[in-house]
Amino acid sequence: MAGGGATGGSVQTDTYAGARGWLLLPAWVTLGILTLAPLAIMLVYSFLTKEFRGGVIWEFSLDAYDQFFFDRGLFGDAPPQIEWTYIGIFWRSIWQAGLATLLSLLIGFPTAYFIATRPEKQRALWVFLVTIPYWVNLLIRTVSMKFLLRDQGPLNEGLMALGVISEPLTIVNTNLAVQLGLFYSYLPFMVLPIYAAVERYNFALSEAAADLYAPRWTILRRILIPAVKPGILAGCILVFVPSLGSFLAPDLLGGARNFMIGSLIEEQFKGNAGNWPFGAAASMILLTMVLILLIVSARQSQKEAR
Amino acid sequence: MATRPYDLRRYPGFLGITILCLVILYAPLLVVTIYSFNSSPSITNWEEFSFRWYVDVFTGPESDKFKQAAWNSLIIAIIAATTATTIATLAATAVLRAGRFRLRTLSIGLISLPLMVPEIVTAVATLIFFNAIAFERGLMTILLAHIAFCIPFAYMPISARMQGIEATYEQAAQDLYATRRQAFTRILLPLMMPGIVSGFILAFIISLDDFIITNFVKGAGVETLPTAIFGAVKQGIKPNIMAISTLLLAVSIVMVTLSWIIGRKDKTS
Repeated sequence: MAGGGATGGSVQTDTYAGARGWLLLPAWVTLGILTLAPLAIMLVYSFLTKEFRGGVIWEFSLDAYDQFFFDRGLFGDAPPQIEWTYIGIFWRSIWQAGLATLLSLLIGFPTAYFIATRPEKQRALWVFLVTIPYWVNLLIRTVSMKFLLRDQGPLNEGLMALGVISEPLTIVNTNLAVQLGLFYSYLPFMVLPIYAAVERYNFALSEAAADLYAPRWTILRRILIPAVKPGILAGCILVFVPSLGSFLAPDLLGGARNFMIGSLIEEQFKGNAGNWPFGAAASMILLTMVLILLIVSARQSQKEAR
Repeated sequence: MATRPYDLRRYPGFLGITILCLVILYAPLLVVTIYSFNSSPSITNWEEFSFRWYVDVFTGPESDKFKQAAWNSLIIAIIAATTATTIATLAATAVLRAGRFRLRTLSIGLISLPLMVPEIVTAVATLIFFNAIAFERGLMTILLAHIAFCIPFAYMPISARMQGIEATYEQAAQDLYATRRQAFTRILLPLMMPGIVSGFILAFIISLDDFIITNFVKGAGVETLPTAIFGAVKQGIKPNIMAISTLLLAVSIVMVTLSWIIGRKDKTS
């Protein structure tokens, strides 16, 4: 590495040090105004009083968080009890996103491993094949999934024609459909980091284990998987986080019974419920959960790297 | 290890799962593409091959709505991707070519922020922001929101490319009395081009793709292609929607393939 050889790996120089302020200004202004400021204002809105049918009244209030966590009866004067409705929706979202992540891992790990062990020239093509669908519009992919899975859809027709089933399977509007939709939405995020980790894995370790008479699957479990664990962890985070707040898959594939966080929040701004502070509070709770998860996993991977 | 009776790297079943994975990924898209050529107005029964619904997309009763939406999507994607790519190129130069400085780590964090915040939260925050400053919702609000979330997607390939370019080229230019500006525009920028093009294409697709944020910040009656399609799908999947989907699918695949080929050429040369 030429230039800043001391920076360890990446090329880094100070050629443009004098202009760095001007170079960074557009990014700071754009993201400061359009990303940071909105998040701050959202926090403020979550502590305001709701205006009926959307909007807020500029008056401090804890109502949004109170409504999220406590049930005070129909007239608001009963002794507060824990309100399970919204915690339940969050819990179901965590559960759904978790199962979708597991499904992605079960299919994504063997796929990533298979690709990483292809001859070097073929790998790029395999990775390309797995990532193409990701670049197709998410809405179109979700609609396509619904078209394929619906009761009179090609999947059921095909299975019935083959005589595998005699009556159509109901998949749309079930939890399974949501998990399949989420899996379909974010699978490349699972495959790519695991692929990168397996590609760097030193197969001499497997050779050594085999020389010591370790069976093939023991090598996988005891040597390979621990070695590529950071990649697996990264993949799980990258699938779990967007799944948690997703809107399209639960809305189009899950139907009314499979409500998730995304639909709960959307309803506060688009639907008839129209409670902006509550929507802001639910968003804050989701954001906090995601940030804690990201910080914990970053700590974890730092620890592993040491 | 020629003596070993089997290949250690191979695990039985992994090929099968990989094929299953590709089938799951492509089956829905293939099925919709095939059914978009079905002449029947019903989406269940196959009648015969026809371009009927493609004609309907361009001349049918809903064509004006979809044409307007497609136009909006295209304009927004071009402006948002161009702006985001420019901002990302400048920021990458500062982060990778301007030495170490205090705000460096924070700048990297800020640029990747839109990737870490769940999309629905960004959507809510942006809507509330425009409401708080009494900015009327319309095409402009969609465009501003798109510029912001396109920046990290443009930044990734650009910074990856810049990390691969040795600084000796610019140093040589400066040794030969090129100004800093000349070193940037005549040396660094041309070398960066493949990364910049990939960044632009990525940002363009991401903008074209977005539904959730657009749905929150758009004004009443203003539609992009995804919001128009979502509105139509809520009434049930119709054959003309499948034709539009197939067209959009083709555009995405062509653009990604293009970006992939540019990236590969770049590595081999």
